[in-house]
Amino acid sequence: MEELKVREKYNWSVTILLIIGLITVLFPLYMTVVIAFKQPSEMTNSISGILSLPKSWSLNNFREAMRVTDFWRSLFNSFLITAVTMIISVILHSLMGYAVARNMGKSKFYRFSYYYIVSGMFVPFAILMMPLVKQTAQLKIDNVFGVIILYVVFYMPMNVLLYSGYLKNIPVALEEAAHVDGASTWTTYWKIIFPLMWPMHATVSVLTALGTWNDVMTPLVIMSGSGMNTLPLAQLTFQTQFGTNYNLAFASYLLALLPMIIFYLVAQKQIINGVINGAVK
Amino acid sequence: MKSQNERRRTFLLISIPILLLFFGFNTLPLIKGFIYSFTNFRGYGSYEWVGWRNYADLFTDTRVGNSYWFTFKLAIVATILINILSLIMALALNSKIRFKSFLRGMYFIPNILGALVVGYIFSYIFTYILPAITRTASMLADKNLAWIAIVIVCAWQSIAMNTLIYISGLQTVPEDVYEAASLDGATGWNKFRYITFPLIMPFFTINMVLCMKNNLMVFDQIMALTNGGPAQSTESISFLIYNNGMAGGQFGFQSANAVIFFIVIVTVSVLQMRFLNKREEQL
Repeated sequence: MEELKVREKYNWSVTILLIIGLITVLFPLYMTVVIAFKQPSEMTNSISGILSLPKSWSLNNFREAMRVTDFWRSLFNSFLITAVTMIISVILHSLMGYAVARNMGKSKFYRFSYYYIVSGMFVPFAILMMPLVKQTAQLKIDNVFGVIILYVVFYMPMNVLLYSGYLKNIPVALEEAAHVDGASTWTTYWKIIFPLMWPMHATVSVLTALGTWNDVMTPLVIMSGSGMNTLPLAQLTFQTQFGTNYNLAFASYLLALLPMIIFYLVAQKQIINGVINGAVK
Repeated sequence: MKSQNERRRTFLLISIPILLLFFGFNTLPLIKGFIYSFTNFRGYGSYEWVGWRNYADLFTDTRVGNSYWFTFKLAIVATILINILSLIMALALNSKIRFKSFLRGMYFIPNILGALVVGYIFSYIFTYILPAITRTASMLADKNLAWIAIVIVCAWQSIAMNTLIYISGLQTVPEDVYEAASLDGATGWNKFRYITFPLIMPFFTINMVLCMKNNLMVFDQIMALTNGGPAQSTESISFLIYNNGMAGGQFGFQSANAVIFFIVIVTVSVLQMRFLNKREEQL
């Protein structure tokens, strides 16, 4: 009996330490919020002046930041890039994972394809960057469209690895039964295999979305001539042009962080599971 | 037989276009980068072949040398720091605490935020908040300390991710292993050293390899915090390739740098995996 009681007891000292430790996570966010709402005149040089609550919770800074950074358009671009990359990745990478997983055992071609694609994981963007800038400009895709294609290619190694690993646990017998009934490989895939992979689709979507949404380097080098911004890229432009008005800057940072924070609050469980699945497999 | 052919044809129709896409936007630029590395291309205009000269120059260029020194210093210190702190965090978050899922959820937040914006926020902390507390000049303006600021920002974000991976590792350790160990009198540090850690060794390997690779490629934090300064003391390899290759007219030279960087990344990852896999087998 005593065993049981001990097991149910909470370790309060660790709990309290962890709650105190949350300051390290929350302090930068708190600071962002209060500065974003303040007026420059409220920002005295002392710490208390910086960190005290604003006199009024006016949205003027946000309105101004939205105007200066062309917020809605940047948000739309970020959203478009992330959503389209996610959808294409789930479709193409799962198909490739399927082709590889089902043929690797008997075909040298697919075994080669698998290692060829997966080894792409070690190619740093820095080496592809300069040739890709030339290439996308020549193909006239130095824009949102080009960035999407590049993301689909960059995330292929990881996603094909994940999908083919997952498919090894789905028995081939399922497809064979459908084949006997006369269904084509293509139909079988979409009717039977694709729906079975939902857990992996979720993982791939989360990992791809987190990576593309927050990425700066690819849009920076590819889209810089197109006059288009993504949300993080707009912060970079903003910083170089209006870097000294911190209240405006922090309002803009907060706006840039907000979509992801909202997404996280809504889909926390899926995001955490997705990240764990992706990393552990 | 007919259905066998149909199956084979479908698979080829799927994989060949995808392989071509991958070749076109990954392998082809890689090859082009390799070719450019043997030229004096400035990014525009005409260029000539210069053979191995770019590579020879790389090894005598102090700016390139400094960027490698900085990047490795940052990556090694950050990787060790991140993994130690993540392990401690994971042990704490996996113990019998109250509000477990809430705390886990909160500590993961840094990982979902964009590195560039996080960098800007920390830049403000380092420039205005910290100096006001310590009554010293900003770390970011000191060429001996600026790299530490970057380590802190990298760690703040990466710890969230690595902690999560360690937690999922700790959950694979069955409860009765601990009970058996407790009966044998193992406590605290010994329990961790001889029982928990060996069992989560595969997760340690993943974390070390991924973390090292990410830190070697550090870019956003540099853009946000220091822009390579002060006195070029925080130029990471990626930053230097971007900065001098794209705008500085060193397209060819930085291509050679990128080729070496590629080889370095592959070598480090392979060595790490070899070394850590060997440790895993021994345990």
